[in-house]
Amino acid sequence: MKNSTSNSGQDQVCVIVGASHAAAQLATSLRQKGWAGAIRMISDEGRLPYQRPPLSKAFLAGETDADSLAIRPPAFYAKHQIECVSGKVTAINRREKTLTLADGNEQRYDKLALCTGTRVIRLPIQGKELAGVHDLRSLADVEGIRRDLPRTRRAVIIGGGYIGLETAASLRKQGIEVVVLERAERVFQRVTAPAVSAFYQRIHEEAGVVIHTDIAATAFEGEERVERVVCADGTSYPADMVIVGIGVTPNSELAEAAGLETNNGIVVDEYCQTKDRDIVAAGDCANQWDPHSGQWRRLESVPNAMEQAKTAAATLCGERSPQNSLPWFWSDQYDLKLQIAGLSQGYDQVVIRGNPDSGRSFAAFYFREGQLIAADCVNRSPEFMFAKKLLSQKTTPDPTRLADDTITVRNLMEEVTG
Amino acid sequence: MGYMTFIEHDGTRHKVEIEADKSLMQHAADNMVPGIDADCGGECACGTCHVIVDEAWYAKTGKINSSEQQMLEMTPEGAPTSRLACQIEITDALDGLVVHLPEFQM
Ligand SMILES: Cc1cc2nc3c(=O)[nH]c(=O)nc-3n(C[C@H](O)[C@H](O)[C@H](O)COP(=O)(O)OP(=O)(O)OC[C@H]3O[C@@H](n4cnc5c(N)ncnc54)[C@H](O)[C@@H]3O)c2cc1C
Ligand code: FES
Repeated sequence: MKNSTSNSGQDQVCVIVGASHAAAQLATSLRQKGWAGAIRMISDEGRLPYQRPPLSKAFLAGETDADSLAIRPPAFYAKHQIECVSGKVTAINRREKTLTLADGNEQRYDKLALCTGTRVIRLPIQGKELAGVHDLRSLADVEGIRRDLPRTRRAVIIGGGYIGLETAASLRKQGIEVVVLERAERVFQRVTAPAVSAFYQRIHEEAGVVIHTDIAATAFEGEERVERVVCADGTSYPADMVIVGIGVTPNSELAEAAGLETNNGIVVDEYCQTKDRDIVAAGDCANQWDPHSGQWRRLESVPNAMEQAKTAAATLCGERSPQNSLPWFWSDQYDLKLQIAGLSQGYDQVVIRGNPDSGRSFAAFYFREGQLIAADCVNRSPEFMFAKKLLSQKTTPDPTRLADDTITVRNLMEEVTG
Repeated sequence: MGYMTFIEHDGTRHKVEIEADKSLMQHAADNMVPGIDADCGGECACGTCHVIVDEAWYAKTGKINSSEQQMLEMTPEGAPTSRLACQIEITDALDGLVVHLPEFQM
């Protein structure tokens, strides 16, 4: 095997807490880099790693089954001697280098990787325990939702972010009446420019979804099952099902209790290392220092989980390769493929290419102090690949040329790189 | 059982067994072939599963749909026989398939 620079002996044990996107990649990368010791993933979901993105998309829409969500086939783990243990880790004892599990068992480790991800934020309101009220984070959540679908004519979704709106699209496709309640003044407010929010609002409304913004749910009412959602302004919305998608919070308590630094996640450096040199963290739970932007970053995306997992595995194998990949993200709703390159936070100028007020394809390019920092591309894959390339090369196109949709992306590329 | 071969940019060859009903990308991932990142898990959204199909095999790998076409349009190191590995369904008819990996995925 290539890159067998590993310093690990056969008696070394690497334990990974969590078994999702970050964990699966970390285990794979350890083997690719020649880690010879044991690899043990511990998951409190009791499942082999599976893809979360389809949970609100094809899987919720009933277009795929649970087996096809597997990140790797079961035989893969056996073949590469990656052990998968079911259990919840309740404590890290850094001096002894052991973990305590909820069932009282202990696990020893030489190297430890924290891939604990995030958990959903619960609305602290009355009626949240009623049947028919669902979170959407895990396969178990969506299996519960799918079980309730046959009795569902009307659904209310709390939260107009990616998960809320993907869910709206998936339910709408199945003929369910959908109302989305968003507390902010527009959907996607946290992540995109007003033009992009307005575009998605229009698309969903054209599909028959009712979207209310600037509205706060205050109670879920019903006998045993939820029957309606009541809001602060006195309005109420009948519902056979409620799905809450208002955001997540990092699982960093385990690290914190062990004396590791936490702050909006587990604090790691550009090598994904915590202050304990035998402990790394990767994925949604990690808040990483990015020396290029001079900012802390905790991202919630599969590409980030995979890139950090590769970096963390390299670190555990004694290599020093800092994280410097470009953040990107995607979201599917109806026939729309949204692809985002870079991070738009802090933008001071938006350049639109194409027409978001009609049709189903355009791109929004975000600039800060004249520099391109991000792009949201809807059914515009060439623009997405173009933006990825410019951002990784740190080059900036001419905004006026960019806005001219009659100039092909290929030509724009030639002008910039020419 | 049939086999196919991935050839890395530096010439390293990986011969893997064909399992029907899995994409070319999944074959690479399940056999730890390096150089195919497949960030999006096969959604045709990332472009990091780019391969260059051996010319003799290109016609047998099936039709390119428009979303793959769009992704490939701006792929660096693109070639006339470029494909996204997640969009190629492997069947026994592809026994002997040879694909080349680009130096970098983007
Ligand atoms: C519905 C949905 C749609 C999404 N769509 C997209 C998308 O389109 N594109 C995209 O890029 N991203 C998407 N995401 C985000 C993406 O799924 C996450 O970024 C990714 O799952 C992060 O992986 P992770 O391994 O860091 O953490 P997680 O996936 O959160 O996994 C962490 C695991 O660790 C377990 N765990 C935590 N603590 C312990 C403990 N103490 N002991 C044992 N086990 C523990 C958890 O139960 C969990 O199984 C989506 C997420 C959801 C929920
Ligand atoms: S795996 Fe992402 S495009 Fe093929």
